[in-house]
Amino acid sequence: MILVRLIRCVLVVFALVAAMPAAALSPEQIGKLVSEDPDVRIEALNAVAAGDDESAIGFLQALAEGNVQTSVSTKKIVIVVDGKGTDATTGKPVDALPGDLDEVVANNVFRRELAAAIATLQLSSKDRAVRLAAAKTLQDETESDRLPIVERAIGKESDAEIKGLLERVRANLQLNSKDKPVRLAAIVSLGSSVNPNTKTILLEILAKKGGEFAEPDADIRFAAQKSLAEVEGRLATGERIAQVFSGASLGSILLLAALGLAITYGLMGVINMAHGELIMIGAYTTYVVQNLVRANAPDLFNWYLLAAVPASFMVAAAVGMVLERGVIRFLYGRPLETLLATWGISLILIQAVRTIFGAQNVQVENPVWMSGGVELLSNVVLPWSRIVIIGFSAVVLLLVWLALTRTRLGLFVRGVTQNRAMASCLGVHTGRIDTWCFGLGSGIAGLAGCALSQIGNVGPDLGQGYIVDSFMVVVLGGVGQLAGTVYAAIGLGIVNKFLEGISGAVLAKITVLVFIIIFIQKRPQGMFALKGRFADA
Amino acid sequence: MQRRGFLKKLAVGAAVAAAYSYGPYALAADTIKVGILHSLSGTMAISETVLKDVALMTIEEINAKGGVMGKKLEPVVVDPASNWPLFAEKAKQLIGQDKVSVVFGCWTSVSRKSVLPVFKELNGLLFYPVQYEGEELEKNVFYTGAAPNQQAIPATEYLMSKAGGGAKRFVLLGTDYVYPRTTNKILRAFLKSKGVAEKDIDEKYTPFGHSDYQTIVADIKKFAAGGKTAVISTINGDSNVPFYKELGNQGLKATDVPVVAFSVGEEELRGVDTKPLVGHLAAWNYFMSLKNPANDDFKKKWAAYAKKMKLPGADKPLTNDPMEATYIGINMWKQAVEKAKTTDVDKVIAAVGGQTFKAPSGFTAKMDEKNHHLHKPVFIGEVQADGQFKVVWKTPGPVKAAPWSPFIAGNDKKKGEPE
Repeated sequence: MILVRLIRCVLVVFALVAAMPAAALSPEQIGKLVSEDPDVRIEALNAVAAGDDESAIGFLQALAEGNVQTSVSTKKIVIVVDGKGTDATTGKPVDALPGDLDEVVANNVFRRELAAAIATLQLSSKDRAVRLAAAKTLQDETESDRLPIVERAIGKESDAEIKGLLERVRANLQLNSKDKPVRLAAIVSLGSSVNPNTKTILLEILAKKGGEFAEPDADIRFAAQKSLAEVEGRLATGERIAQVFSGASLGSILLLAALGLAITYGLMGVINMAHGELIMIGAYTTYVVQNLVRANAPDLFNWYLLAAVPASFMVAAAVGMVLERGVIRFLYGRPLETLLATWGISLILIQAVRTIFGAQNVQVENPVWMSGGVELLSNVVLPWSRIVIIGFSAVVLLLVWLALTRTRLGLFVRGVTQNRAMASCLGVHTGRIDTWCFGLGSGIAGLAGCALSQIGNVGPDLGQGYIVDSFMVVVLGGVGQLAGTVYAAIGLGIVNKFLEGISGAVLAKITVLVFIIIFIQKRPQGMFALKGRFADA
Repeated sequence: MQRRGFLKKLAVGAAVAAAYSYGPYALAADTIKVGILHSLSGTMAISETVLKDVALMTIEEINAKGGVMGKKLEPVVVDPASNWPLFAEKAKQLIGQDKVSVVFGCWTSVSRKSVLPVFKELNGLLFYPVQYEGEELEKNVFYTGAAPNQQAIPATEYLMSKAGGGAKRFVLLGTDYVYPRTTNKILRAFLKSKGVAEKDIDEKYTPFGHSDYQTIVADIKKFAAGGKTAVISTINGDSNVPFYKELGNQGLKATDVPVVAFSVGEEELRGVDTKPLVGHLAAWNYFMSLKNPANDDFKKKWAAYAKKMKLPGADKPLTNDPMEATYIGINMWKQAVEKAKTTDVDKVIAAVGGQTFKAPSGFTAKMDEKNHHLHKPVFIGEVQADGQFKVVWKTPGPVKAAPWSPFIAGNDKKKGEPE
């Protein structure tokens, strides 16, 4: 008997706890929060936030997540999670959901307000992580009636980081204070902010209306001007870092695309117009591996790239070696015919891919660990995908360098390119070396395709966008030189991004092209020319 | 550059040869031929391929119900491969050689401009299913997509309104061709009329197929630090995928800087992780998420057709605004032919005006008696985590199109009907 009563007691407590978030708000408040009029909603929300009642969070979160629905006919408000309904006003479960439920739409503006309101209420949370997140969310808040809550939170806060963040929030809220010293102190403290939105707030103080300053007090304007200069200086540093990074990122992509060509064209002298298509084959191999992993081992999906990298290398290398054995080796020493033949091959490859996979782009998904980015400064976010590709191209470059300088194959390759007849006399099977060398160059193109699939579109025409750029890099860097290719790729990347910032994407591309034409006219051998005697030259 | 152009032509030639080998080309006397002119390869294939499929579905549906005037429709599909001059060649072939009664096709305005002289010269009939910049009114064309006052202007007004975030500064970002340039010209004039200063408008263009949006996104961030900013995107084609990926990766949130797009629908967002993009907007006259019986029916038909034809993406069938516009266009043409009792172009043109059709948008779409444009409702939707759009604003009913925007000088003298 006692046991039963105890269980019943516990159940009642549980039911009460479950009902609490909804019961904390009056039906009138809830009615206003789901009103059609945005002004009424935001006003009600601000009242709830100023009320400092933590139990309101549940309903606000349900609103933000789009779980609150209203019945069109009975105007009943229900919170629906996984098909189970709870009456928002009474907190009781609803057994039969009304058929005419309509979601209460929370748009961008309202969701932003909701997030701020929830964060305000969370400031009194016991969990440090929750408080920290809340303080970060509130960085842009300007609703001055939240000031008492923030003040109280600062008073209670023992954690230095959160306290620092909250003090900046307080400065924001005090900007419109009636008390001049308080305002001045608030503006001065904003100068230490790293938040780009601070600039917006300060600019508003300095705004002119009809030739007159909106802010009549000169002292306040002076302080705002000073803080603004500090903030802008900090933001400019961030912008410069971002520009260099995006240049390096484009450079690393150019390098990957051109590295294979630096071997097949630079070292072997084959004008391979199908190089872009080898890149495309690498990208499609990645796509196929992705699908295989998804179909056979969905748990390992985030790591499919580990399989895709060697696969794309090998497939592209195999295709390259077949090309070399089947076509190109008959055309050595006849550049024009090589050009035409490889061009024809590129068309065949494009059409083959179009027939197998369709003309439309295919989707290669990023693994989760490659989405998002690291926040370096408040206005500089470096995307993971690009960081990974910069690292990847550095690793590929290192491996190619090792292969050419530290392995037996590399020794033979260098021997054959420098003096074919002599190498042959010394017993090097030059034909076989050519095949391996071409395979290596093609395989690297495949790796480039694998990397490109992570940031761009994968379609049959993918390679055509890169072939011109690849030749540009190799020719600019100096034929026969790996180091030249590296400098040219990174240099072109940074110059291109720098110009894009000034003149826009369309003009930047044209300017770079004109620059290269002039450069090649003045210095046909490229940035770095091979020195020494060559049998072929 | 020369080489690439030539290369493309060769590739296209091969593709066309391949396209010819399938499709029903049996010449039966009791059929009516209709042409379908959409890019099935190249940068626009991402958007246009489904329009070809939805056109074939609609034709199949009409044929199953007995065709038009007792005759079956026979589709002739060609692939202009996102190559603008090739659009004109293909149009000439459809009208001149294949003798089609009507053509459904084009997406980009540059492709429409390139086929216009052909349709005028050979007196053909084109149904154009995509929102566009206006500034055009041709006797031979019916526009079933939105004019600027049915998409761009309401969307901008929404962004400036309190409910939309009260944007004060605008980045006009587009692909470099006639549609974005003209739309931005109209929007610039509109914004100025609303008191937005020149320094608060930033116009940017990228080439077709652009894939590196790092600088652009960084610039948007920089611009946004100067006041409440919204981005109006007229990026077209597959460039949208890298653009939205970059937005997500660089953490530019919709609550800070909303991006409203005029050429991005459910299909373009397929394959993009939309979780970081929640809250970004699109303005259209139809969304897949609309709840009404006509839309449920349309979605069901499309899902069944995609499954039957084993179309790519049939496991997750998506519908979008230009698909709806294509569906409306073909049905209205059918009704007009039945009214005119002939497929003669001039008589059909006279019969199309005033036609009505119960559209999947939930409203009855009506072709204006005079100006060759549809009366359509306007919806603004926010991207959801599942790649669908949630409607956050809509007009109470259909809006009449104003192809000659009042925000371009000299348009007040132009007549609201083809001359």
